[in-house]
Amino acid sequence: MLRYIYADQLDNYPRLAGSMFRDRADQFRDRLGWAVQVDGNGHERDRYDDLNPLYVIWQRPDGRHGGSMRFLPTTGPVMVNDVFGDLTGGGPIVSPLIWECTRFCLSPGAGPNVAAALMLAGGEIMHGFGIRHLVGVFDARMIRIYRTIGATPELLGSQGEGRARVSVGLWAFSPLARMRVARRAGISTELSRLWFTRAFGLRPKEAA
Amino acid sequence: MGNGVNVDHVLADLSSATAHEELQELIERLRDAFGVDHMVYHWVDGAGDQYGFGTYSDAWVQRYLDRNYLRVDPVVSGCFQRFNPVDWKRLNWSSRAARAFLKDALEHGLGNQGYSIPIRGPAGQFALFTVNHNCGDDAWAEFTERHGRDLILMAHYFHGKAMEIRPGRSSAPPQPLSPREVDAMTLLALGYSRAQVAQTLSISEHTLRVYIESARFKLGALNTTHAIARALTQGLIVV
Repeated sequence: MLRYIYADQLDNYPRLAGSMFRDRADQFRDRLGWAVQVDGNGHERDRYDDLNPLYVIWQRPDGRHGGSMRFLPTTGPVMVNDVFGDLTGGGPIVSPLIWECTRFCLSPGAGPNVAAALMLAGGEIMHGFGIRHLVGVFDARMIRIYRTIGATPELLGSQGEGRARVSVGLWAFSPLARMRVARRAGISTELSRLWFTRAFGLRPKEAA
Repeated sequence: MGNGVNVDHVLADLSSATAHEELQELIERLRDAFGVDHMVYHWVDGAGDQYGFGTYSDAWVQRYLDRNYLRVDPVVSGCFQRFNPVDWKRLNWSSRAARAFLKDALEHGLGNQGYSIPIRGPAGQFALFTVNHNCGDDAWAEFTERHGRDLILMAHYFHGKAMEIRPGRSSAPPQPLSPREVDAMTLLALGYSRAQVAQTLSISEHTLRVYIESARFKLGALNTTHAIARALTQGLIVV
């Protein structure tokens, strides 16, 4: 299932969180060869993980991480502005209606359906919170995977070469794209909406 | 509720405001423009100090402080450390203390519906911008769907000004427009269509929309026309 979890809630999901940070080490350090920090637990973490970001995590039936990504509003410190400022029009992109999405990660063996589920979650966030744009940091592999599900991000620019190549891009979500991505994910749009709604509180019927 | 909202004048006056009393007057005008019962700005720092302005009655504000409702208010606990807007219906009102708090709030003239926008500060501070109204669930859903984005922007504009005005607080300097944002706003000011601007700058319309959105926020505007006017007035673009 899709989980929406702020960093300060991760302690409630130790197995899920631990496997996410280990899968991130596997993807970004071991497979992509990025110069990322991995701690003694084998967890890949950076300073944006300390800013209480919102994670979207695909949880496998065994309770472990299947794929994930991380959101922060561009009104605070974000990677696209801090690290890739020259790719975003010569200055920072700032708006509470533009969120950054980084650290796209798939666990080893996760298929395009997980990537599609994450994309569906991005659409829920945009719709549910009035967000107009998601600016993402993508590696070449993720761009290929999103291309295979028919949801190629629009790239603003790229840095680096080979495996270390990193791109900044935009995600677009139209109602049509939502249906298409839901089919790829094998998840109904109703179920996706329900996961989102429940993650951010009680359903209206349960509320006081 | 929310019909014919025209807040451009409120925004223009907000940008030139220099005193707390003006913020109070402006939030009252904004409340009237949106046709809702209440609008409130509420700032809390890591040590529990509070500051705010808005349209709740003085009696309720005093009671909130006297009863130390900060500790039981589900809106505060539900928005702390978050950055997504929150509909009050989604919060957990199930505890006895929360239910008593809600009852007391309603008796002091608050409406049954609320929409709060959390804003995170740099050092454990956070602010809430809240719209409160008395109506049914469907009408409220329609209102937040229609005005949610404008309210999110207004929340940040009031927060920015509150931080600027508040004594002893250093506010972040206003963000300059990036070169690309200047290009985009200049061409729009010249009357180019979005398609023409995108073509001229050799970017997609989607990318252009991101630059316009970011420029709009930096200029403290809700719509592009207003943003262009502000950029011209402030001399940030020249046509």
